[in-house]
Amino acid sequence: MADMTQRTEFDPLATGGKGRQRRARLTVYGLLGLFAAIYLMPAVIIFLNTLRPLEEIVRQGFISWPGSMSLHHWSEAWSSFCIGGTCEGVSRYFTNSLLMAVPATALSTALGLVNGYVLSKWRFRGDAWVFGVITLGVFLPAQMTLLPWAFVLGKLGLSNTISGLVLVHTVQGVSFTTLFCRNYFLNVPDDLIKAARIDGAGFWRIFRRIILPLSPPILIVTVIWQFTGIWNEFLFGTVFTSGANQPITSAIVAFSGSGTGERHYNVEAASVIMAALPPLFIYLVGGKYFVRGLTQGAVK
Amino acid sequence: MPPERASVPIYRRLAGMTPQMVLVPTILASVIYVVLFSLWTIWISLSQSTLLPDMTYSGFDAYFTLWQSKRWTVAFTNLFVFGTLYVLGALAMGTLLAILIDQRVRFEAFWRTIFLYPLAVSFIVTGTVWRWIFHPQTGVELALKDLGWIGAKFDWISDRDMALYVVVFTAIWHASGFAMALILAGLRSVDSDLIKAAQIDGASMPRIYRRVVLPTIWPIFVAVAVVLLQFAIKTYDLVVALTQGGPGVATTVPAIVVYDLMFQRGQIAEGAAAAVMILLGLVCVLIPYGLWSSWRQRKEGGKHG
Repeated sequence: MADMTQRTEFDPLATGGKGRQRRARLTVYGLLGLFAAIYLMPAVIIFLNTLRPLEEIVRQGFISWPGSMSLHHWSEAWSSFCIGGTCEGVSRYFTNSLLMAVPATALSTALGLVNGYVLSKWRFRGDAWVFGVITLGVFLPAQMTLLPWAFVLGKLGLSNTISGLVLVHTVQGVSFTTLFCRNYFLNVPDDLIKAARIDGAGFWRIFRRIILPLSPPILIVTVIWQFTGIWNEFLFGTVFTSGANQPITSAIVAFSGSGTGERHYNVEAASVIMAALPPLFIYLVGGKYFVRGLTQGAVK
Repeated sequence: MPPERASVPIYRRLAGMTPQMVLVPTILASVIYVVLFSLWTIWISLSQSTLLPDMTYSGFDAYFTLWQSKRWTVAFTNLFVFGTLYVLGALAMGTLLAILIDQRVRFEAFWRTIFLYPLAVSFIVTGTVWRWIFHPQTGVELALKDLGWIGAKFDWISDRDMALYVVVFTAIWHASGFAMALILAGLRSVDSDLIKAAQIDGASMPRIYRRVVLPTIWPIFVAVAVVLLQFAIKTYDLVVALTQGGPGVATTVPAIVVYDLMFQRGQIAEGAAAAVMILLGLVCVLIPYGLWSSWRQRKEGGKHG
């Protein structure tokens, strides 16, 4: 349903007289161009500022054409920029975020896949309740879980570790992935499963032979959704980790929020772009699935 | 009990339970996460805890203290102003963009990609970038001065009365592509015979949208508004990166108060009470919406939902 097929029967811009058509077309493309410029402006500004010398930014501000350009702020941002006392650049926090987002995405997606399969194809008494409790997790505000998580992570010895964040994101993410997968598998005909059972196929065999081959579309949606969400998450990262163990979002706030000391706007701009790149890359590559995830995650 | 049941070996019976067994870890985690954690936080909010948990029952004291604090009432009012403007703004912007793209424009995917990309960018990055642009010392004001307009002044972000609108603007920039995507999908689902009929009657395009197309997809507007309201109530990162709740408490929102009370001021019970208020806010939005949409589905004879 989220596939945006063009309506072919009818072209509103081709109605009315010649002059009216031209005016209408001009208005539409003019407005689209204007808004596109507004939407893209921040990205362009920040990118250009990664190339400019610091004194130029301090003098002219961010919104100005670069006088001279250099790429070395990128390498400084990546490997030697000082954030919160450690001078290892953004690479450290980038790695932290990867070590957090990749396992949490994989775990929550795998669990969601199997859960969705059970809840849609192996109905049992009370399954609606189970599904209800799991999906409530989608709506539960993070603030309600902060203190209990802090306690639980402490007891498990996972305070201030990336593994702790993986656990938190997996538990929270399973709600989303189960919801996505269950709704998707509802569209798989029950007869297919029934026939396989009559042929003697068991739970896992049906999963491997029927469900998994049908899963790639929902798998991609879920992986994109989970990875983007976890990579961009900030609150859990700040509350449960500190210093060198923080994910990249917290690191950005750590250097750009502190008002003290000399600012390195060009290096900071490069770091900010690095923090934005992985989800942006996924969005550009898998845009269609990204939109599909939105419609499913939002409306259902 | 049928007699043959007993003769089924135990591993066979366990194998028959596989579907339920598979769910056990998730059920456990979800019950702990959703039910236990919520009750736990509610319990803390009713206790005497300050810096450390002290589970002596003290009734609704924390809630009274919370509602008497200036900070919370400001945060609460801010949320109302921000939430209203943000939802209406994103809906209006999303509708406009969706209608523009719906005019069978060329390179549709290109335009959609541009308007939707902010959603892939985190609130932290969004907030940081727009702070640079809005800040008088780095952004628009300095650029205008550099161009020769010495008296240029654009300091909304550090102005108590205007800073909240900076947050609203940035949040709309972030979310309007999302509204656009959903509304566009809605526009595409409208029966084109309906539009043709209106066209034959001689109605102009703007009029057709206003009178025919948009009214038929109003449930989508409600759905988008509910999702955006949820975002608004949970808003935290964006404000932290953009204004840190300031100047003063001008842009403080409830989620910021929760964090401050719990982890900066050592008022755990009061922080938990604020978290419960956020939960209540969400409940007030989601339960009516849930009831309404299931009522609508039943009316239309939908099967699942």
